[in-house]
Amino acid sequence: MSQSDSYESAINRADKVAEFEHKNRGIVGTIQHLLHVNPALVPLIVLVASVIVFGLLLGSRFFSPFALTLILQQVQIVGIVAAAQSLVILTAGIDLSVGAIAVISSVIMGQFTFRYGLPVEVAVACGLMFGTAIGCINGWLVAVMKLPPFIVTLGMWQIVLAANFLYSANETIRSQDIQEAAPLLQLLGAKFSIGGAVFTVGVIFMVLLVVVLAFVLKHTAWGRHVYAVGDDPEAAQLSGVNVKMTLISVYGLAGLICAMAGWALIGRIGSVSPTSGQLLNIESITAVVIGGISLFGGRGSILGTFFGALIVGVFTLGLRLLGADAQWTYLLIGVLIIAAVAVDQWIRKVSA
Amino acid sequence: MTQEPILKGRNLVKRYGRVTALDHCDFDLYPGEILAVIGDNGAGKSSLIKAVSGAVIPDEGEVWLEGKQVHFTSPIDAREAGIETVYQTLAMSPALSITDNMFMGREMRKPGWRGKYLRMLDRAAMEKFAREKLSDLGLMTIQNINQAVETLSGGQRQGVAVARAAAFGSKVIILDEPTAALGVKESRRVLELIQDVKARGIPIILISHNMPHVFEVADRIHVHRLGKRLTVIDPKEHTMSDAVAYMTGAKEPEAA
Repeated sequence: MSQSDSYESAINRADKVAEFEHKNRGIVGTIQHLLHVNPALVPLIVLVASVIVFGLLLGSRFFSPFALTLILQQVQIVGIVAAAQSLVILTAGIDLSVGAIAVISSVIMGQFTFRYGLPVEVAVACGLMFGTAIGCINGWLVAVMKLPPFIVTLGMWQIVLAANFLYSANETIRSQDIQEAAPLLQLLGAKFSIGGAVFTVGVIFMVLLVVVLAFVLKHTAWGRHVYAVGDDPEAAQLSGVNVKMTLISVYGLAGLICAMAGWALIGRIGSVSPTSGQLLNIESITAVVIGGISLFGGRGSILGTFFGALIVGVFTLGLRLLGADAQWTYLLIGVLIIAAVAVDQWIRKVSA
Repeated sequence: MTQEPILKGRNLVKRYGRVTALDHCDFDLYPGEILAVIGDNGAGKSSLIKAVSGAVIPDEGEVWLEGKQVHFTSPIDAREAGIETVYQTLAMSPALSITDNMFMGREMRKPGWRGKYLRMLDRAAMEKFAREKLSDLGLMTIQNINQAVETLSGGQRQGVAVARAAAFGSKVIILDEPTAALGVKESRRVLELIQDVKARGIPIILISHNMPHVFEVADRIHVHRLGKRLTVIDPKEHTMSDAVAYMTGAKEPEAA
């Protein structure tokens, strides 16, 4: 008997084994660590670099308050939708229905005002509530029914888009009519200028939204729960996070933000058009990915998304001013997407 | 022992379809002790622990905490009652900081309007608390309380998980295979941690396959076999071979 117990003596050898050496990171390692801690740093560097490069190439044509604020105006819709997309992607989900929710919300705001003669404030509120409701349904299907977010929102995208065409009868509400009868619908498109810089209410809203979401994600329990759920939902559940409610609230909030984007869309294009905003899905995901948010969830910051959206805007405007073929923009954005994901994978290696 | 058990299970039954994982099992944990639970794979150890920690609801039987009958329906219930579990998977979010992980699900808000209306977290207070708890357990090797958990070694992660449990577990701490994924050196640190926690008077349930570890730290050993408590042995009076023999059924305990 005692013979077979001899492995007991092995525990006494323990102290001799495996000392941890203190790793010297070196320059590459230091950069890797820095990026790991500040995920928005990469898109910020790319943004600043691209502004400098286009500024040098184009001079004052690009480097003017007017041109730079024009970029903001051009990215406002994508920026707002991408903020919603960021929340969903942080939970390791994806929302393909963002564009469709934005459009149907704008159609509801317009049709409720013009078809049913509701006060425009009520119509806007209905549009925002409808967007939130669709988001909540997405969230419920993902959190409670445990369906993959890709499938849920792929289906919802088709449903909402078809409902949008059926309900609106493919009818556009003209800009002049809105201006006369319901100027509130165009509120987010209202322009004002400071010096040569031109801002719209929608741009201000986008910036405020990013600031508020950045605060909420970093400094509230809900924000930390969003990251925890995206990182490891089971661990979050065992630590006492209400995973289902967190997911539903994320998708619901994303729906609300998309509906706000729909409102901003009316301001941007002037009219209510059921065929607008078709590319918002892909553009928002592009901004999120270039912004350094991991598609696997739990990593990245909303500021990164904002920078990502701006990078796309800078490239689009800069290349157009240079007279390059628009396809160059898409080509370069494609390169950026792949580079961004490669950097994400590299940063993740810190954990190994 | 004439004391009243702090955590007690009686006649616990849990069936999964046709499989009976717990078959009228009893369980006792006394104040201030380390109770190891050993048993072969599939003997129902984890079902037993889940039943007393709220992760599964037993079909029959009773769970008593400090002489009062309790009905946990989730691990959160048990946690609120003062039973903390350190899961084998540790239940930590790798990308979040040590502080974030320690306070996950029970964050502290800032006093005043910033906490009330902005629902702002009191990071400074949480960090101070986390730092205190880690140094209490001698985990000073962690330099930065804000570093992501994924940048820690396996032993350090286990240490943080144990510190989290010790910080909030007022009555009972359950450790599920705490040394299973660790190297020899790191296991040693965790065993020392377990002793430290015990020294603070918190009873511990230790589930482990590692006989040397069990025999080193446990005060009593609950041998689980075929869904029941086969016997409880004193590690000082039995050898590891005895324990393994009871576990596998090669030997019957004298007075069961």
